[in-house]
Amino acid sequence: MEIQENKSTLVVEARNDEKIKKIWKTAGILLAITVVEFIMAFTMGRGILLYGAFMALTVWKAKYIMMEFMHLGDEVKPLFYSIIVPLIFLVWLIIVLVKEGSEIFLMRW
Amino acid sequence: MSAHSTAIGISSKRGVWGGGNEPLKASYGKLMMWFFLLSDIFTFAAFLITYISIRVSYPAYAGPADTFVGSNEYWPVPEMVFEALPFMHGVHAPLIFVGIMTFILIASSVTMVLAVEAGHRNDRNDVVKWMLWTLVGGVTFLSCQAWEWNHFIHGTDGGSVLTYVNSLGKVVQETVFGANLHVNEYGPAGFAQLFFFITGFHGFHVTVGVFLLFLCFYQAAVGVYDRRGHYEMVEKIGLYWHFVDLVWVFVFTLFYLI
Repeated sequence: MEIQENKSTLVVEARNDEKIKKIWKTAGILLAITVVEFIMAFTMGRGILLYGAFMALTVWKAKYIMMEFMHLGDEVKPLFYSIIVPLIFLVWLIIVLVKEGSEIFLMRW
Repeated sequence: MSAHSTAIGISSKRGVWGGGNEPLKASYGKLMMWFFLLSDIFTFAAFLITYISIRVSYPAYAGPADTFVGSNEYWPVPEMVFEALPFMHGVHAPLIFVGIMTFILIASSVTMVLAVEAGHRNDRNDVVKWMLWTLVGGVTFLSCQAWEWNHFIHGTDGGSVLTYVNSLGKVVQETVFGANLHVNEYGPAGFAQLFFFITGFHGFHVTVGVFLLFLCFYQAAVGVYDRRGHYEMVEKIGLYWHFVDLVWVFVFTLFYLI
């Protein structure tokens, strides 16, 4: 067997500036959403409106990370849905346990 | 493989059930990474949903935020708990430090996706460069978290006067400094317990991620992936690293904002 040289037969492709620009744009959006959340934490009164806005912005950020950074949107539909559909059950779990928690609150206080 | 004309690629030689098909058109490693991450989402979701449900079972602090004092009677206001900065003792800087940590982690996620993009182009120099930046981001984040924990455990100068059941089973009233799993100066015992378990579990994932990043950086630098003929490992480790960032986005909202 020949000694493997540290040389590659792979062809290095040139940078695709458009793709790289899109990555930085996504990064900018993520940072902007975080800044908005930050400002809201100090300017808005605490309550269901603020918490709802936080959750919506968080899910929005999660969507960007999964679609743009993890490229889930580029996978075929069966793979995409086998990841996303199970998460729907989590939404139900959140609703149920928030209800459970507030019932415990009523019992305790 | 033959050209795919249907949604499920059918190998012309073997048919649908004969093997050799790639219905999800992703490699074994990438597929398994996705399903591992799905199971990890469930674990983190269990932690975070537990946090929410325990939180709503306690009264919220009702008064204005700037008159907040720690008590185990109500859930604390996060911006009054996480308000310290390293090297700036006594400065009231609500959420500034954790904001910086979030920026670091998102930035390292960006450099990771740039490394993945460079991997698609087989560009070894770019992969090595961006992997190194990601590694720096990961280590910085972990160091910040270490400081954050240290501060959380040791507490403020004043502490809080709490009435609680101590480890000997006696009801005592005394000044409590910092936090442990039994009692803490910020809020109910569950507050510190959940803080330790959730940010700790996340920090553990970051630590594993940093090891993986280093491995990937090293292998890329010495040309393992060039010899292998593809940079898919960068993509797989990238998925894991983005997931760590994804979880932090939720931890940040639930723990520090709400």
